[in-house]
Amino acid sequence: GSVIPCALFYFLQLYLKRHRSPKPQSNPPSPTTSSPKLAEMTRTSSRSNLFSRSIGQVRISSRAISIAKPNESPYYIGLDKASEDPYDRLSNPDGVIQLGLSENRLCFDLIEKWMSENLGHSITGRDNGELNINGIATYQPFDGTMELKLAMAGFMSHIMGGAVTFEPSQMVLTAGATPAIETLCFCLADQGNAFLVPTPYYPGFDRDVKFRTGVELIPVHCRSTDNFALSITALDQAFNQTRKHGTKIRGILLSNPANPVGNLLSREMLYAILDFAREKNIHVISDEIFAGSMYGNEEFVSMAEVLDSEGFDKNRVHIVYGLSKDLSLPGFRVGVIYSFNENVLAAARKLTRFSSVSAPTQRLLVSMLSDARFIEEYIKTNKRRLQNMHALFVAGLKGLNIRCADSSAGLYCWADMSKLISSYSEKGELELWDKLLNVGKINVTPGSACHCIELGWFRCCFTTLAEEDIPVVLERIRKAVENTTDLLNSS
Amino acid sequence: MEFTRKNRQLLSRIATNDRHGENSPYFDGWKAYDSNPFHPIHNPDGVIQMGLAENPLCFDLIEKWIRENPDASICTAEGLDKFKDIAIYQDYHGLREFREAVAKLMGRVGGNRVTFDPNRIVMSGGATGANETAIFCLADPGDAFLVPSPYYAGFARDLRWRTGVEIVPVHCKSSNNFRITRAALEEAYEKAQRSNINIKGVIITNPSNPLGTVLDKETLRSLVSFVTDKKIHLVSDEIYAATVFSSPRFISVAEVMQDMDCNRDLIHIIYSLSKDMGFPGFRVGIVYSFNDDVTNCARKMSSFGLVSSQTQFLLASMLSDDEFVGNFLRESSKRLAKRRHVFTKGLEEVGISTIKSNAGLFFWMDMRPLLKEQTTKAETELWRVIINKVKLNVSPGSSFHCSEPGWFRVCFANMDDKTVEVALDRIREFVLQGKEENNHEADKSQGRAQRWRKQNLRLSFSSSRLYDESLMSPHMISPHSPIPHSPLVRART
Repeated sequence: GSVIPCALFYFLQLYLKRHRSPKPQSNPPSPTTSSPKLAEMTRTSSRSNLFSRSIGQVRISSRAISIAKPNESPYYIGLDKASEDPYDRLSNPDGVIQLGLSENRLCFDLIEKWMSENLGHSITGRDNGELNINGIATYQPFDGTMELKLAMAGFMSHIMGGAVTFEPSQMVLTAGATPAIETLCFCLADQGNAFLVPTPYYPGFDRDVKFRTGVELIPVHCRSTDNFALSITALDQAFNQTRKHGTKIRGILLSNPANPVGNLLSREMLYAILDFAREKNIHVISDEIFAGSMYGNEEFVSMAEVLDSEGFDKNRVHIVYGLSKDLSLPGFRVGVIYSFNENVLAAARKLTRFSSVSAPTQRLLVSMLSDARFIEEYIKTNKRRLQNMHALFVAGLKGLNIRCADSSAGLYCWADMSKLISSYSEKGELELWDKLLNVGKINVTPGSACHCIELGWFRCCFTTLAEEDIPVVLERIRKAVENTTDLLNSS
Repeated sequence: MEFTRKNRQLLSRIATNDRHGENSPYFDGWKAYDSNPFHPIHNPDGVIQMGLAENPLCFDLIEKWIRENPDASICTAEGLDKFKDIAIYQDYHGLREFREAVAKLMGRVGGNRVTFDPNRIVMSGGATGANETAIFCLADPGDAFLVPSPYYAGFARDLRWRTGVEIVPVHCKSSNNFRITRAALEEAYEKAQRSNINIKGVIITNPSNPLGTVLDKETLRSLVSFVTDKKIHLVSDEIYAATVFSSPRFISVAEVMQDMDCNRDLIHIIYSLSKDMGFPGFRVGIVYSFNDDVTNCARKMSSFGLVSSQTQFLLASMLSDDEFVGNFLRESSKRLAKRRHVFTKGLEEVGISTIKSNAGLFFWMDMRPLLKEQTTKAETELWRVIINKVKLNVSPGSSFHCSEPGWFRVCFANMDDKTVEVALDRIREFVLQGKEENNHEADKSQGRAQRWRKQNLRLSFSSSRLYDESLMSPHMISPHSPIPHSPLVRART
């Protein structure tokens, strides 16, 4: 009497298992090698089928199939276009102006000057002739040399206003912040788990978090009505909803200062987030890579500072940092995982085998970062130039009746161009983006690429520009949206 | 503390499992070395590091070149004008000059019988990152790769840890010099199929680690036809290609493909500068695939392990200096050959044989005659004696998954000539002592052996903390050169 129903049940399960359709995977936006036209962007699913058929009988991994596809995210398409035809005031005045890559070129002169005054004639040795490549060519500790960790700890502290000290032994150095984020995800979550992330967020997170780990990102939407501030209610809602669907949330991924908005998390907000994390027993990853790119008058408060002062449980907090923004050295690939959790550090150290900082670079940076006087001067000058650029750029946009969200940091501003889009839809936003890129020849990042819930917002990076370039940019925006009535009404 | 109890549950499976493979005896030896490193003057009774495949034999040539070419470094007065462009360059395609230089080197190392396409050069975080990336691109969690044994101990981590892919060893035997036979491949493949294991490909190391031998054309052709037949991938890890110091010459799988009917989409090469050039600290790993989709995917993944642009620039300059590269490769071969010969002779004198090898930074030593019995347990016991009594960190064959107990990998390139002498003396003494004992009464030898065993032979360090400290700090690795205590370059101000 019970055998038959059991057997039937078993076969039903088997049948269901075999025929269960694969979970729809969100398309990880990956950098493209071609620029498909706007129309092709919506045909995602049919394209992927075509693609897997064309691979033929040789099967590569399912992961690779989706990653290898030409990317359709405007974030990457725009980057490509700008790099293929880069603007140069003298040699290529009609080229594409890059406002889509948050790079800081404002203070290279300072770094160059430091190099020429301090570094003698070789990357390997000192001026006194003692040259030894042994120290940099041989295997180094994969998580970075102690000298660099010490120097980095000092630098991070300085950059964040001296309010907190960082412990070198809690640091793991990685080849850029990109692997730092990925490594943390591998340590904190299993395949199929998820992280909550406030929107709009840095498009690269989709790659860093999702590509190879199989971990998902659940957006927690923020709105312009409160200047895209994060709310615990929204976090809670997202957490509960995700849990209902059977996905386990392992943590919150924050960027503070925020990218792309540029606002800061207040001290109170940091407390609230930590309370929330404790209540739900999840991790907090705080990506503070823009901590040293402050131009506003607000004070930056690191997660580390809050942990220091209050009796919060430190084991669930992990900070990510890097030298790509504050020190303008993205090419050198230097990132930091800073954690209070010994087990996470132990695991992360082993994982840095896959993404270590190159030794000659480590040596160079030890020298530079230990030069307190230089760093002091650099930070001051950088802030001044950032402030200046930001003010000019935002004022310029204002002149075109484009207002920006309130921000205090970052290398970009978050501009509201919703009045300039033809229809309040993603299509309308992408059309404007396309016009700006192909007609105006400026590359900006549309809000949809950052998963913004409101349409018409664009991230514009201004630190790759010189002052003289600003009028050019503004003029090009004007030209591109010439036919829109609102713009003409502004002046 | 409430959290600490829940703590372990809060970490991922990857963070808490031991698929990183660092609990293997291969890594145990590091610890013994680290806690008691040999130094000719300061610590003459310390453990000699012979478990690290590093190649500093030609550092003097590199240093000379760097000194004579200051503009190759963007951080010198001469090279500063390029600084801005390089420091800002984070494009995952990599500097064109760098890719061209690496492609040229790869071609050169293969005897210029193949031209490599710079557009297929994809960066990754060292060879470790390159192998892992290849697997990420080719296989899904749960899939498996066939790997001829004995194989590099680090594969357990590189191929399996984060990828979730399994390794199915293809056991090779000393009776035919550990050749990879078609029959063995077929057998392993069939067996896997029967157990419902999905084989996605084969990984070979050519020249072989730990054997130090190169694959002949016939074996390579057989491998290529095997994977073509089964429609699976072939990953050829060729990071030791330029460490060939005598004939037969190195043959890349790329060369063999040229005049064969095969599916090019299945072939992928891993390269690096850590062994050939002796630059493990620079973290240069290369994935070179003949499959466009794999190249695209690997390139996107390279964001997780890009080579520092500063390093790319330096290497682009250095590797395009044809004269320098030619001279370097020649010298390197010469010095490796000489060093290998010293060991071969030294070991022959005491009746220890090694696999005849012509490449790599190590040799595969036959200690089977010294085993109490032909078991892994006996091998491990012997290894403990070698580490603790003879004070040499060599790597036991079991950590390379060798099916025959009694083999040991010995690295010979990462020490100076004096240390080589000391190492050989110790081996000689140990072997002769062993022979002496065998000539005595059974109970007397048993007594001594028992005494050996009673002494603190157990490697009692907890293996989970193996890699936590700065294991391979530059101060410890190559005791032969007067290493400055800190590579800190102090600023003048």
